[in-house]
Amino acid sequence: MAVIAENTVNFTKALAPTSLSVSKSNIEKAMYTLENSPLPTTRNEAWKYTRLVKIGKVKFQNTKATIASIDPYKIVESACTFVFVNGHFSAELSSRVIPAGVTCELLSELNEEIGTSVNLENELFNATNTAHLTGGIRITISAKTVVESPIQIIHVLKGDHVISNFRTIIKAEKFSKSAIVQGFFSEEGEVNFCNNITEVSVEDNAFLTIDKIQYESENSFHINTEEVQQAKNSNFTINTFTLNGGIVRNNLHINVNGENCESHLNGAYLLKNKQHVDNHSIVDHKVPNCESFELYKGVIDDNSTGVFNGKVYVRQDAQKINAFQSNGNVLLSDNATINSKPELEIYADDVKCSHGSTTGQLDEEAVFYLRARGLSEKSARQLMVSAFIGEVLNKVENEQVLDFIHGILRKRFDWNL
Amino acid sequence: MSNYTEDQLAKDLESQEYKFGFTSNFESDKAPKGLNEDIIRFISAKKEEPEWLLNHRLEAFAVWKSLVEPEWAHVQYTKPDFQDITYYAAPKQSKKYESWDDVDPEMKETMKKLGISLDEQQRLTGTNVAVDFVMDSVSVATSFKAKLNELGIIFCSFSEAVQDHPELVRAHMGTVVPTTDNFYAALNSAVFTDGSFCYIPKGVRCPMELSTYFRINEGGTGQFERTLVVADEGSYVSYLEGCTAPQRDENQLHAAVVELIAKDGAEIKYSTVQNWYPGDKDGKGGIFNFVTKRGICGTNSKISWTQVETGSAVTWKYPSCILKGDNSIGEFYSVAVTNNYQQADTGTKMIHLGKNTKSTIISKGISAGKSHNSYRGLVQIHKNASNARNFSQCDSLLMTDECGAHTFPYIECKNSSAKIEHEATTSKIGEDQIFYCKQRGISEEKAIGLIVNGYCKEVLNQLPMEFAVEAQKLLSISLEGSVG
Amino acid sequence: MIKIENLHARVEEKEILKGLNLTVNAGEIHAIMGPNGAGKSTLASVLAGREDFEVTEGSVDFDGEDLLEMDTEERAREGLFLAFQYPVEIPGVSNVNFLRTAINEIREHKGEDPISAKDFMAMVREKSALVELDAKLASRSVNEGFSGGEKKRNEIFQMAMLNPKLSILDETDSGLDIDALRIVANGVNKLKTKNNATIVITHYQRLLDYIVPDFVHVLFDGKIVKTGGKELALELEEKGYDWIKEELAAAH
Repeated sequence: MAVIAENTVNFTKALAPTSLSVSKSNIEKAMYTLENSPLPTTRNEAWKYTRLVKIGKVKFQNTKATIASIDPYKIVESACTFVFVNGHFSAELSSRVIPAGVTCELLSELNEEIGTSVNLENELFNATNTAHLTGGIRITISAKTVVESPIQIIHVLKGDHVISNFRTIIKAEKFSKSAIVQGFFSEEGEVNFCNNITEVSVEDNAFLTIDKIQYESENSFHINTEEVQQAKNSNFTINTFTLNGGIVRNNLHINVNGENCESHLNGAYLLKNKQHVDNHSIVDHKVPNCESFELYKGVIDDNSTGVFNGKVYVRQDAQKINAFQSNGNVLLSDNATINSKPELEIYADDVKCSHGSTTGQLDEEAVFYLRARGLSEKSARQLMVSAFIGEVLNKVENEQVLDFIHGILRKRFDWNL
Repeated sequence: MSNYTEDQLAKDLESQEYKFGFTSNFESDKAPKGLNEDIIRFISAKKEEPEWLLNHRLEAFAVWKSLVEPEWAHVQYTKPDFQDITYYAAPKQSKKYESWDDVDPEMKETMKKLGISLDEQQRLTGTNVAVDFVMDSVSVATSFKAKLNELGIIFCSFSEAVQDHPELVRAHMGTVVPTTDNFYAALNSAVFTDGSFCYIPKGVRCPMELSTYFRINEGGTGQFERTLVVADEGSYVSYLEGCTAPQRDENQLHAAVVELIAKDGAEIKYSTVQNWYPGDKDGKGGIFNFVTKRGICGTNSKISWTQVETGSAVTWKYPSCILKGDNSIGEFYSVAVTNNYQQADTGTKMIHLGKNTKSTIISKGISAGKSHNSYRGLVQIHKNASNARNFSQCDSLLMTDECGAHTFPYIECKNSSAKIEHEATTSKIGEDQIFYCKQRGISEEKAIGLIVNGYCKEVLNQLPMEFAVEAQKLLSISLEGSVG
Repeated sequence: MIKIENLHARVEEKEILKGLNLTVNAGEIHAIMGPNGAGKSTLASVLAGREDFEVTEGSVDFDGEDLLEMDTEERAREGLFLAFQYPVEIPGVSNVNFLRTAINEIREHKGEDPISAKDFMAMVREKSALVELDAKLASRSVNEGFSGGEKKRNEIFQMAMLNPKLSILDETDSGLDIDALRIVANGVNKLKTKNNATIVITHYQRLLDYIVPDFVHVLFDGKIVKTGGKELALELEEKGYDWIKEELAAAH
């Protein structure tokens, strides 16, 4: 027991149990994990390239806070915008005009038990989220509903050593079509931790797009877990943009449970200073006749580190699967690091799967060419970086989301394009 | 339409059962089963080893005891009982052979069955293959010795090298694969019985292929050979290695260590055709092939690994290059075929330490039957390895719907001037290609042979001629009747 | 040489050939024309023995043998050659190695000895000149990196090498410019003897300016609905296929 005690996590010790109606059995499971599972080390294959020691050292707390305005964080103009500060719902900053056919329920107002589809066994952060759940929202897009403008969920962290354990539950019912925009930000304060879970169910013939922007401070922690279930003929897209954050880890797990599905996973990460961003994804093809497309690109500068670990499973009998996975990285500094691990695990034969990973630098010939045409070196490099990342940005359909991303690129990376 | 029927398939499988599955009837000089310090002392004494080597073994044994058998590979098997293995088995007439004529006729017959026709090779002038033959654990014949001696090339069994060139062995052994490296390397370092040693002096281009054939013969034995190739500055050598084992119901362990040292400006080409007994069609028996192979490159040097792996029940093998010297080059060309219940987890590590280092990885995996075939590779660019380049291409071909093909590449880069490209594809063997061949009158079996050989061409092209032909045949044999 | 009677074939649940009759004798060239989706390529595939197609009714006699009972490679060895509409690429397998394997398998089937390397290479030189195929292409991988025209020429080159009794050219003209078309047609004409026969499947009349058919058949909705001489092709070119449809409708 001594060994475990030594490693047992401290970061949850100051936290109160959840006040939400989380099911008892889940709380018990979560507590068991918290008491028995140490903080994962780099010896753990899933955390091979990401050290969590820094997280383990902090005693986090959850406090309520208020922010003056939502304007800096508004990604899109949407009458249906939910704002959470430190995981708590902010009624005054939110705009609760719910589109017809959509139900949005705050988990804090829910009278039923909250279950979960995420694994609580040995999964420390899922367990933390469950046992200490701060807040959450459940969005249901009812069958055949087409939602024109996206539903927006904005998270802001404020204060020192604040943790937000948040849960979003999205259910896109049959034949519905909708888009969700998620933003993660921080305002004032040191060493905050956003521990977020999003559970998604995309039912038969439904279309769902999630655009996710992560833009927290450089000393914050962010662990995001998406557990997605796709039923037959469904189409799911998730675009992840990581533009700031100290240690950021995205766990994206897509279970393709029905035939004729399409899954699109796109991501862009632009890192500088000492940032560490780790994108882990699993696409699990359990049934035949599906396609998945994954494209992640990163630009890594200064002392920052990028990690990409993409896994595609094709289970036995899941024939006629086309799965494509691509990861591209540009290193801009001698102290930048990239660890890329694209993986395929194939147990069926009639498949077409491929992955590619490239690591390199900007094409100096091209930079020279641009300079010879009168561009400054800085602009030339920016242009090259934007062309590189552009492939991912082009996947975003919502113009307002794109504009917002470009705004951040101008602000944080001095882009003047 | 007369499709390929289950009956035919069964018949074909029977008729193509492991064609190297014969045992030779030598009396062998065996150590008792089990592993402890006494056994290690026994082996060392048998081989009349110097004190330092015995100590080296004992240290390795101590390390081994502190390690656990690795479990990260994508393979499943019953772990060997290390106390139920015979660690030393020498054919009884293990005296040194002065000339080819001294070699036991039955031994010669064994070699013939393996396709090593030394007689013939010796008769043919201008054939340039020198062969060292390791049966069970002991090297039994090395040919062409005189010719090599003239150039100062040392090519002999590991035991002989320990006796005759102790300073060379001591200076290089364990410098690439330290005893602490991993579980099997530690085990090998403790109990290795023989193997091959090769030294190419400065500036010498070895005029012939050097070749070692390994064979496990005795039941209940493990084979733990060590190969050490030292290419001194500006030298060149092409080294071939072939492996077979008889058919047995039990699993036999083969835990070898191969160390290559390419000093400044040297080049080593190391080719392996591995056809250890893969087990029968129900997955019974077969060799556990847990091998550590690694080379280190000096400035402007090159190490090229080529492997054609068709045998073994379980393979765990990652021939690697440490590109320490500036401008050094590492290459890895691999074809791995798994059929029936075979499992292979194989690939390479390219560790870029020096500037302007280059590596190329071409891996072709072919899975048939109920087998599992994984590529696992690491490309690591260290901080000071400016202008490092890597290109990796890992393709998998699937022949049935019950097999698996997996790709686990690790790419770690800490230098911004590096360029790394990794590509992988997994697909089924092309039905339209098979149809096209059949329409031209080619049978399905031959068509598959053609397509698979074409698919592996980039790798097969790397093999010396004699080996390439053998490898092509082996590929076709391994895959007969394998399309689902 | 080949006698097709009441041939019905389907792919999955869809019936494509619906009672096709056709007889081709030695020394003849037959053109099969028809609109898209009429079943032209299906006919080629069924005759070559592609397994995606199921023959539900009818018979095909090939020089006194039941063609439908034979495997694809047996048909090929008996002298049936299909020039593919989309020749497949086989990476790493050289044309030469491919053809030598094919020729030797066919020779073995006929009880002959394998061809010697010398004779084979002489044959490669001779036949590649026939279709003005660069001899270098012969040593490249089968169709890999070939242009569209080169692929089609390669098909005719293979035909020349294998010397079949009956050749079926499936849309060999598609995607060819006028020079390539001329070369391909020339090759086919030179290979014609009184002992072999050719079925040219095409959508356009253009190819028939160069390969003059003895008979032209119109394939429509899975059946041959009209047969005529080479002038029928010109008529089709001029009027399109609609008048055939109208004629058919009127007849019913």
